Amino acid sequence: MWDYSEKVMDHFHNPRNVGEIENPDAVGEIGNIVCGDALKLTLRIDRSTERILDARFQTFGCGSAIASSSALTEMIKGKTLEEASRITNREIADYLDGLPEEKMHCSVMGMEALEAAIKSYRGIETPIIEVPEGEKIICRCFGVTDKKIAHIIETNNLTTVEQVTNYTKAGGGCGQCRPQIEEILADVLKKEREKRNTLPKKMTTLEKIRLIQETLEKEIRPYLRADGGDLELVDIDGNKVYIRLSGTCQSCPSMGFTIETFITQKLRQAVNDEEIEVKKVEE
Amino acid sequence: MRKGEEMRKGGEMRTIYLDNNATTRVAEEVIQEMLPYLGELYGNPSSMHSFGGNVAKRIAEARDRVANLVGAGSASEIIFTSCGTESDNAALFGTLRSYPEKRHIVTTRVEHPAVLNTCRYLQKEGYRVTFLSVNQSGQLDLDELRESITPDTAIVSIMHANNETGVIFPLAEIAGIVKEKGAVFHTDAVQTVGKVPLNLKESSIDMLSLSGHKLHAPKGVGALYLRGGVRFTPFLMGGHQERGRRGGTENVASIIGLGKACELAFLHIDEERTRVRALRDRLENSILEQVPNARVNGDRIHRLPNTSNISFEFIEGEAILLLLSDRGIAASSGSACTSGSLEPSHVLRAMGVPFTHAHGSIRFSLSRYTTREEIDTVIRELLPIVERLRAISPFGPKKKPPLHCGQLENLSP
Repeated sequence: MWDYSEKVMDHFHNPRNVGEIENPDAVGEIGNIVCGDALKLTLRIDRSTERILDARFQTFGCGSAIASSSALTEMIKGKTLEEASRITNREIADYLDGLPEEKMHCSVMGMEALEAAIKSYRGIETPIIEVPEGEKIICRCFGVTDKKIAHIIETNNLTTVEQVTNYTKAGGGCGQCRPQIEEILADVLKKEREKRNTLPKKMTTLEKIRLIQETLEKEIRPYLRADGGDLELVDIDGNKVYIRLSGTCQSCPSMGFTIETFITQKLRQAVNDEEIEVKKVEE
Repeated sequence: MRKGEEMRKGGEMRTIYLDNNATTRVAEEVIQEMLPYLGELYGNPSSMHSFGGNVAKRIAEARDRVANLVGAGSASEIIFTSCGTESDNAALFGTLRSYPEKRHIVTTRVEHPAVLNTCRYLQKEGYRVTFLSVNQSGQLDLDELRESITPDTAIVSIMHANNETGVIFPLAEIAGIVKEKGAVFHTDAVQTVGKVPLNLKESSIDMLSLSGHKLHAPKGVGALYLRGGVRFTPFLMGGHQERGRRGGTENVASIIGLGKACELAFLHIDEERTRVRALRDRLENSILEQVPNARVNGDRIHRLPNTSNISFEFIEGEAILLLLSDRGIAASSGSACTSGSLEPSHVLRAMGVPFTHAHGSIRFSLSRYTTREEIDTVIRELLPIVERLRAISPFGPKKKPPLHCGQLENLSP
């Protein structure tokens, strides 16, 4: 049996916004009975503000598919189309306090139905059977395209083919497309690595100082105070951070250890610089 | 805590257990016979002292009881194993290793994974495997079977009854065909032993697998019937236990439990085809009368007396099971979502059950402990559940027809 969160069970037992809006301003239909789940989303939209006034759903599917649809309608009501379009499948899952990994495709279905609805409002038809232009079907069993696979890998930081199957169903039928999924995965991961390498995060001195101050305030001083000690930031010179200890810290025999491992580590992590050195200033 | 659990905790609701093809409750008489062997009577049956020797006597008695239930010619034809899956593996590997020159296996598309996945593995190892198809009722084409067996065929492994639909294959006829063609015949009878009378000594069956926990014995014990004179190489190598055909110190208490369960099954076997069958029919007929767009999957004549597999169109099985579970009713489904895979049951797909039905299939499997009151409760609770989910579904007889996508014929066997 699946380990569903209480929130999933609540939305399954008491689904919000079931039904169909008459003469809706937008309709999003996704999935089909063959694939085992399907969602029809209808929206009422205020045309002047593009705000979603009402959202209704009909779902064919398991407990988590029904819960994800219900959650989606609750999340988008009152939002503008622009705000709603930024909702990711991850946020739908988080709203439900998480979904079992194998059921993440239910949250993806919610996100896709919303995308289709917004497109329909803007007058763009979402082809249900035909492959959208510029995309290639990878999984023939479930009709999943390369673009969708790459998009879901990026937005959910996926790293394995198994995860891709859990999130998109691709590769979950005959399994013939798994090598192709592997290629897409390698491609996306490579691109992300390159992106990270070409854009090294260069911090200004001001940013660095601010971050060190903040880390000392929030993460280190409360810890020392709990033991009756404290510290004060005296100066920052390049990679050297000068501090003055007070209270029990001054006489604490394990002080050397504390400075070395705790404060240094915290600061190095915070500013992402292994060169940081902490120096103790005597009274 | 969830609603259903709360109600159960409060003692207001007892579980109505209609998932007996998955596992069964251990009979009280079985537990009582096992207990001493989990306690003070812990001797090893192989030991040369009476403390162990007395245990060996009880194992011999268990062997007799199992042999009696399946109608074996001799108790020595029963080998105790750890489960039905081990029995199936032992039959397949034990035969293939005994006939190294033969490289072909015949089985069916609707086998339990214990046989199906083992055969797929053997296929990767270079064996040629024929997976026989079934028709819409889930029955085999015996001519196809006859034609598939060649001099290169080492073993034919065909289940007796299907665990999902309960469809029973004509075992005597199948065994006759295999014998005539000169191959070894194995049957996975995990679902039939204890529910349907068997008389192996009068049959041409060479090997038969059975499992304890499907007939009110505990989990973790099974048996393989191996006809005297049939070539066999042990699957689990080791000591001289089970006459050198299965190594490993005996699971004493469970074997004694299996023996007792077989004795009880022998006594109750008429009840299966009378009272249990009547309850199953009552459940099935009432559901079909009350619920529109529902249908039975599989041959309704040649079928286990305890099993009913019903599809509810336009809704999905897991959602039905969750709502049944809230009401204390335990059943099972062939839907994709319940299996953790993404496709519905391989058995229903092999039978050509449309996807619109396969996703909404529910299996009810009864036992001799099932009561009339329980069945009436299920009949009462089911219709509102189906109606509630159909109200949420975008599909239905008066709604738009379901869409289709993907390349369906491409699905794996």
